[in-house]
Amino acid sequence: MSLALVRVDDRLIHGQVVVAWGTALAPDLIAVADDELAENDWERELYRAGVPEGVDVEFDSVEQAAHRVPDWVASRQRVILLLPDVASLVRLCNASNGIRAVNLGGVHGDGNRRQFLGYLFLSETELQQLEDLQARGIAVTAQDVPTGASVALEDLR
Amino acid sequence: MSESVRGVVVSHASLGAALVQAVESITGRTGVLVPVSNDGCSGATLAARIDEAVGTEPCLVFVDVAGGSCSRAAGSLIPQRPGLRVVTGVNLPMLLDFVMQAPDGVGAAAARAAEVGGAGIRVVGQ
Repeated sequence: MSLALVRVDDRLIHGQVVVAWGTALAPDLIAVADDELAENDWERELYRAGVPEGVDVEFDSVEQAAHRVPDWVASRQRVILLLPDVASLVRLCNASNGIRAVNLGGVHGDGNRRQFLGYLFLSETELQQLEDLQARGIAVTAQDVPTGASVALEDLR
Repeated sequence: MSESVRGVVVSHASLGAALVQAVESITGRTGVLVPVSNDGCSGATLAARIDEAVGTEPCLVFVDVAGGSCSRAAGSLIPQRPGLRVVTGVNLPMLLDFVMQAPDGVGAAAARAAEVGGAGIRVVGQ
């Protein structure tokens, strides 16, 4: 099944991902592409505690993840790939051609972002970056949980 | 009531506030527990909220789900705060006990909360 979900979510592995998406997609592997997390043993252990039994977890830098994308795409495993922010997503997509669709699942306010949905705040720069990705053929939608509404990027503005 | 250990209840949505309200209603003791919600914030913002609620005294942080965002945000503070412990699976029995007792230090408070919280889960009707 390969990459079942590529999700931007600043909480990374948490309830919506494990319980809601995990039930809907039954992933074999949750991969996290986050430069800071890849360097922090303690934080990785905290995240690992949230992964259900039977699901593998992998922590990579964005660069490492870009190299892993072809393996995940070709894999028989069902993979959920999580990224902490739009900037990491852009770097990943610039370094790999394997991403076809992206889910915006949780980007919260930082003072510079405008709110578009209850769980989605984006700066003008981030919105433009996402539009650029979509223009390159990567489908971008927002959806917090599988039972929630899927909102197309063009409907956010 | 714990005189030496602060209590913070961290949860999804308004669960923590509701639990604190219930404790205050049952015990008549207010201000012992501080609720923190993860509503509308990133992991980093949640950690900052918890850090502010924890203060500088020894503190026991009660969180709802082991391995969830609240648990993780609270746990991320531990390396910088040796006087902090996190107990997962918060329930009313453990909070009531915490408020009514005076455990000797945060380690004892954490162990007792886990014990009392677990003992408070029973099957009725079998």
